[in-house]
Amino acid sequence: MKSETIDKLKISAKAAKYDVSCASSGSNRANKGKGIGNASPWGICHSFTEDGRCVSLMKLMLTNYCIYDCAYCANRKSNDIQRTTFSVKEVVDLTIEFYRRNYIEGLFLSSGVINNPDYTMERMVRVAKDLREIHNYNGYIHLKSIPGASDDLQQKAGLYADRLSVNIEIASEPNLKMLAPEKNFSSILNPMDTIKSKIIENKEERRKFKHARSFSPSGQSTQLIVGATPDTDQNILTLADSLYRNKHLKRVYYSGFIPVNSYDKRLPVLSEPPLKRENRLYQTDWLFRFYNYRIDEIVNDDHPNLDLEIDPKLSYALRNPWMFPIDINKANYETILRVPGIGVLSAKKIVLARRYGRLGLINLKKIGVVLKRAKYFITCNELKSPTINELLPQNVRQLILNDNKPKRITKVKHTQLSLFSTT
Amino acid sequence: MNILIYDNTFEGLLTAIHDALDLNIKPSKILANKSFQDDLFATKYEIDADLDKFESLWNSVKKKTNEQNCQRIFKAFLSESIDIELLIYDYIKLILETDYNVETNFGDDSVIKINNIQKKVGRETQRVLMFVRFQKTIDDIYYASFDPKYNVIPLTVNHFRNRFADQKWVIFDTRRKYGYYYDLDSVQQITIGNKKVSMNSGKVNSESLHVSEKLFQKLWKGYYDAINISERKNIKVHMQFLPKRFWKFLPEKDFKNSLIKA
Repeated sequence: MKSETIDKLKISAKAAKYDVSCASSGSNRANKGKGIGNASPWGICHSFTEDGRCVSLMKLMLTNYCIYDCAYCANRKSNDIQRTTFSVKEVVDLTIEFYRRNYIEGLFLSSGVINNPDYTMERMVRVAKDLREIHNYNGYIHLKSIPGASDDLQQKAGLYADRLSVNIEIASEPNLKMLAPEKNFSSILNPMDTIKSKIIENKEERRKFKHARSFSPSGQSTQLIVGATPDTDQNILTLADSLYRNKHLKRVYYSGFIPVNSYDKRLPVLSEPPLKRENRLYQTDWLFRFYNYRIDEIVNDDHPNLDLEIDPKLSYALRNPWMFPIDINKANYETILRVPGIGVLSAKKIVLARRYGRLGLINLKKIGVVLKRAKYFITCNELKSPTINELLPQNVRQLILNDNKPKRITKVKHTQLSLFSTT
Repeated sequence: MNILIYDNTFEGLLTAIHDALDLNIKPSKILANKSFQDDLFATKYEIDADLDKFESLWNSVKKKTNEQNCQRIFKAFLSESIDIELLIYDYIKLILETDYNVETNFGDDSVIKINNIQKKVGRETQRVLMFVRFQKTIDDIYYASFDPKYNVIPLTVNHFRNRFADQKWVIFDTRRKYGYYYDLDSVQQITIGNKKVSMNSGKVNSESLHVSEKLFQKLWKGYYDAINISERKNIKVHMQFLPKRFWKFLPEKDFKNSLIKA
């Protein structure tokens, strides 16, 4: 390891930083014997950069040379940027040394495509293989699958990695074709299908044979860019929903578009990345993964885009005042979960706690309910207070928005009162 | 006014609670002897840890509730917060006196308080796992210091032993002046701080560092700076997730202390 590696590392990290996924959860690969590493099933972040994103895995590009010329990518062929290529050993050594110092939870390896997909993928798989077999490393490995690589390589990758991912990036095919002429949906979705069927096969196998090696134990994920094309939130979320359902994805990541190639006229001009929209998309993603919402309850033809001012759950509640107020002491878990300001943990606690006695506002507050939002949608063991039905949705919306504003203390200028002046 | 004084240990506290319940003394305060100040009007009971009494109380608590809930009590104890002893007394009394399982009665004050405190302790434990940084020394020991708000280092030992089974390591609590050393075989508690280490910043002095250590710190810092997307700058969230009190232990943050103002 020499000091010029620093420059290589910087170039490679700069090239890899637009990949959002940094999850290190979902794998319980244990340290067998005296190796290094023990994946933690809930994932651990090890640092946070100034953009507020977590650093859990070391994200690297094996190389940032690429034969493709996708409009949204910083590493496209026609860009004049510093390029570098790591050797397999360099990446392996960096991962081990960083891991030993508790800097990282594992490795996220992707690569620009050089020569052909198989050649590229093979080098990536070698990194994972060396880590596992030579260094007895049991930490987390996330490999970006290269579309077009052979099934055999995908199979090998899955045996060494904890998670595989293929990025879709653009939510509709015509737009993808426009921005990345060399790519199409089937070239991305096919590897996803291969991975999915291998994961299912592997689960079956592990049920029969206890010691069968696990294949990509924490599943697969993908990423969608938001704001680079005119796709609506409905387009994006419908695609995400179908990926969760049909391809059994563990996660879909949304990435607010950052204009990396502003000279390309096919891309929109943005004053700043659509971070709020990205945030609302994640909130919706959570709603259908953990809160049992159907996608058309959140976005539909009447509301193709999410409300940027208020969160999607509140927005849903305001559109459906008929189902409120909900009686905290009687309603079932699924219904309580629909109250804005009550999350999964609070809802579970409420259901458990009310067996011992009726709950009032003070109890709810201590349990962790955000009363500022929830109070318009519930009744509990208290005197009646005005709910959404008396106040009307548009007023509740305004009240909550006012409540969310940071309260500025207006400075009143105090002066000595004058005894004789007439003011 | 009854004041129970115990010897700072969990066993001691449970012995004190055992005696209080046994003799039907209602304590108005339970204090560790290190934080005890004489009180003229109170009746004082100094109680020495007694393993038999501890076992008997702990077993009857275990019988009434479950292992996970006992773990919660222990975690709450590690918070070392003011009056935590009295809260544990109330909680144990509640568990023993109620016929049914009370651990999920979140409408009860002592249940929700114990839960919230142990959650904070859990979070601090997690922070140690996140932000501990090992420095490799010339004798091939990976050394790390930390200054956790609560006494959580004991809760992290298993994690590090499983993870770093093939390297010698030390993790040291600079606030409480004790730590653990793993010698590739077993973990021992150590109490003497090494003179080659700064007690304040936890840094190993440069003569004792492994030759490659500085390079890896530089590599890591270089990586950390490069992975940041400046267009998405969000200092508020950054500070929320990475509070300043941890910065002195992080090679990636060390030199920037003065640059960012929250």
